[in-house]
Amino acid sequence: MSDSQGKDLATVEHGEAPLYPLPPHRPRTTDTDPRAARRAQRQVATQFALSAVLTVGFFVAYWVVPVDQTVELGPFGVWSLSNLLLGLTLGGAILLIGTGAIHWAKKLMSDEEIVDERHPLGSPEEDRAAAKEMFDTGLAESGFAERKIVRRSLIGALLLFPLPFIAFLRDMGPMPGTSLRNTIWKKGTRIVVDVSGQPLRPEDLQVGTLVSASPEGLDEIQEEEGTQNARAKASIILVRMSPDEIRSDQSPEGETWAYEGILAYSKICTHVGCPIALYQRRTHHLLCPCHQSTFDLADSGNVVFGPAARRMPQLPITVDDEGYLVAQSDFTQPVGPSFWERG
Amino acid sequence: MSIIVNEAGKAISRADQRMPISSLLKANMRKIFPDHWSFMLGEIALYSFIILMLTGVYLTVWFKPSMAEIIYAGSYEPLVGIHMSEAYASTLDISFEVRGGLLIRQIHHWAALFFMAAMIVHMFRIFFTGAFRKPRELNWVIGASMFLIVLLEGFAGYSLPDDLLSGVGVRIVAGIVEAIPVVGTYLMFFIFGGEFPGNDFISRLYTFHVLLMPGILLALIGIHLVLIFYHKHTQYPGAGRTNTNVVGYPLFPVYVAKAGGFFFVVFGVTTLIAALVTINPVWNYGPYVPDQVTAGSQPDWYIGFLDGMLRAMPNWETVIGSYTISWNIFLPGVVMPGILTFALILYPFIEGWITGDEREHHILDRPRNRPVRTGIGAAVIAFYGILVINGANDVIAITFNLSINQLIWFTRIGIFVVPPLVFWATHRFCIGLQRRDREKLLHGYESGEVLRLPHGEFIEIHKPISDEEKAVILAKEAIAPLPAPPETDENGVATPGLRGKRLRARLSRLYFGDDVATPTPAEIAEAEHHAHELHDHEVAELESAGKDVPANLP
Repeated sequence: MSDSQGKDLATVEHGEAPLYPLPPHRPRTTDTDPRAARRAQRQVATQFALSAVLTVGFFVAYWVVPVDQTVELGPFGVWSLSNLLLGLTLGGAILLIGTGAIHWAKKLMSDEEIVDERHPLGSPEEDRAAAKEMFDTGLAESGFAERKIVRRSLIGALLLFPLPFIAFLRDMGPMPGTSLRNTIWKKGTRIVVDVSGQPLRPEDLQVGTLVSASPEGLDEIQEEEGTQNARAKASIILVRMSPDEIRSDQSPEGETWAYEGILAYSKICTHVGCPIALYQRRTHHLLCPCHQSTFDLADSGNVVFGPAARRMPQLPITVDDEGYLVAQSDFTQPVGPSFWERG
Repeated sequence: MSIIVNEAGKAISRADQRMPISSLLKANMRKIFPDHWSFMLGEIALYSFIILMLTGVYLTVWFKPSMAEIIYAGSYEPLVGIHMSEAYASTLDISFEVRGGLLIRQIHHWAALFFMAAMIVHMFRIFFTGAFRKPRELNWVIGASMFLIVLLEGFAGYSLPDDLLSGVGVRIVAGIVEAIPVVGTYLMFFIFGGEFPGNDFISRLYTFHVLLMPGILLALIGIHLVLIFYHKHTQYPGAGRTNTNVVGYPLFPVYVAKAGGFFFVVFGVTTLIAALVTINPVWNYGPYVPDQVTAGSQPDWYIGFLDGMLRAMPNWETVIGSYTISWNIFLPGVVMPGILTFALILYPFIEGWITGDEREHHILDRPRNRPVRTGIGAAVIAFYGILVINGANDVIAITFNLSINQLIWFTRIGIFVVPPLVFWATHRFCIGLQRRDREKLLHGYESGEVLRLPHGEFIEIHKPISDEEKAVILAKEAIAPLPAPPETDENGVATPGLRGKRLRARLSRLYFGDDVATPTPAEIAEAEHHAHELHDHEVAELESAGKDVPANLP
């Protein structure tokens, strides 16, 4: 057998002599001067002793300093005193064991380099032959090669038996169904301010403002379901601009989805689903803080930059009898990231 | 002292009657390991893993992996009365109620970052020195697999506290899973137990993070170390070092003290940093709420390159009938990481195929002697660097007052332009260093001593380099590229697999074509002879002019 360089592998010998011999060992001062050795010994012992002292210090800090005590350290701000002292004592105690041991090794243990021969890594030829023979014997004794029906039925059974374990995974979650296409917005659902839960009238919004909002009753639904799923899809932003600034919106022919310059868009980015609320009032651009997809709210929420492929879905809104802003219906397209079945 | 030694001796002899302990000790106790600072990088990774397991077990005592909503009533005033998951609340409890809890949490997080950093630098050391070559290919595969597992493991741990920052990261992952064609939506629903965020994710992630992944890692680390032991460590070229020996210090006592001590150093330093530098202050971020996000959201740095890829991708999407393919997410989020994973794991086999090298290698390459490999490594660093920068482009744009759109365009173009440029420059740089090595070997090094000859000429005295340096330079193997395959054999039969063989020969020329030949012994002798002749003549001139001849002239 030979490799591409033409060297015969069988002749690559072990124990080849180096071109240049190992340089002679140079003794350290600790090897030649007993005083230096004693000094190194003291240095090592001091580090170990200091470590022990710091461990004791750790327990003092553990019992004396309350966990919630803070300390003001000038320009470095406010610190948890407990964390600081526990960490410094424990860290110091551990570190000193390490530095002591390494100092010991470097100064006092032998530093004469030793040469070891490498052993051949593979099995000797006779072992390989013996192993093959054993395998062949075993194979012949088992009859695996001749008894086709045993072999094939075994392979069949082995191929089938993992399937139940895949089946078990089926109940990890429900089928998607149409759930990604709906949110809890319905005709007449009031729009409320995100944090306070206050319903909104058009006059509450000045031109140029952007408000994070959600459907009324969201908290109750969340309580009932025990998840934040409804919120993850239903969150919207309300933005008001003077009607002449709106170049287009997503209203189909004959419908009006905006109300007196108030537009409602999904808050969930169509790229990978980050909530968006970075709004540039002058350009009406909405910027996603995660991946910088930029949408133009004055122009149907279209993508003007970044990795998002789809415009922000618009929620059709109007006002109810009492003058509060409400949804005309659910979103007419799925909110959030695209998915295979979205179409 | 003698009591300890006696008792240990007795214990061993008792054990020896049941297992061949002495034989095991005999074979390994005085095993020789070579010494070099770069061999400590893997140690840092190993020790960080041990620190992570230790501190991780403590964290499990108090952490509650549950997304059930509760109202916070702990001692951190700003969040009292806020709705949050039990996972987040228990993370706050670890940070504010448990003595030393914050310290353990911070050690855990810092150690995770050091683990990742040490692994990456360790992998580059292995790559640039060719330590992955035969017989160590399998250990490269194991190491690269561990790197990928740790990437996932780190992301899982970062996500467990269910804070606002990490929750946004999980939302992004959910979006990436949704973008996988055909199965994506189902996968997402199975992972999250329904729609995002659901109620199951944290507890599922917890099992993944504390049981499954560490278990696999532990097994792989075991094999990794056994293979290192069995193969014996590689060594750098130098005087006295050959491909068939190993020169260094014995495991017992030198490396027991040095490596054992180094574990304490890594642990101690990590602890001190955890005491002094806050990491992941989740109490500042607040609990995860799916309609909230903070500007300047960044993942932990090791995920940054993936996020950078996601940010740079143009917004391509294809709709076929009623189905959508989100190239803008699928390519950077799934396909590219997949390709990178395969390239990483398979590199030793790709290089082995191109070079046709089937010999065992125990002497490490100097990076300059493998210009193509070194160039590839440098190009990967450039590729990675650009993506990491783009992963933080919003922060960079604000800090340096740049346009974010321009930064993204810089990445989109730079990702294709910069790595090839870096490859080319590194390649040239390596060849230059090879030429310099050859120069040094043939003509010695420039001593900086300038001599003026009587006829007015200035010469700089070159002095021969030391034997140690010669040994390092001469360790470079001269390798000729594979010859181009003949189209037909002598009987006119077309060579089977001609295309593959041609590609291989071409790649081999790329690998070795520009190699600067190491001088042969004859060339070295000739150069020395030549040097003497010249200097004899100069010496004669100096002597006839009655000048002192410098003693250090050859």
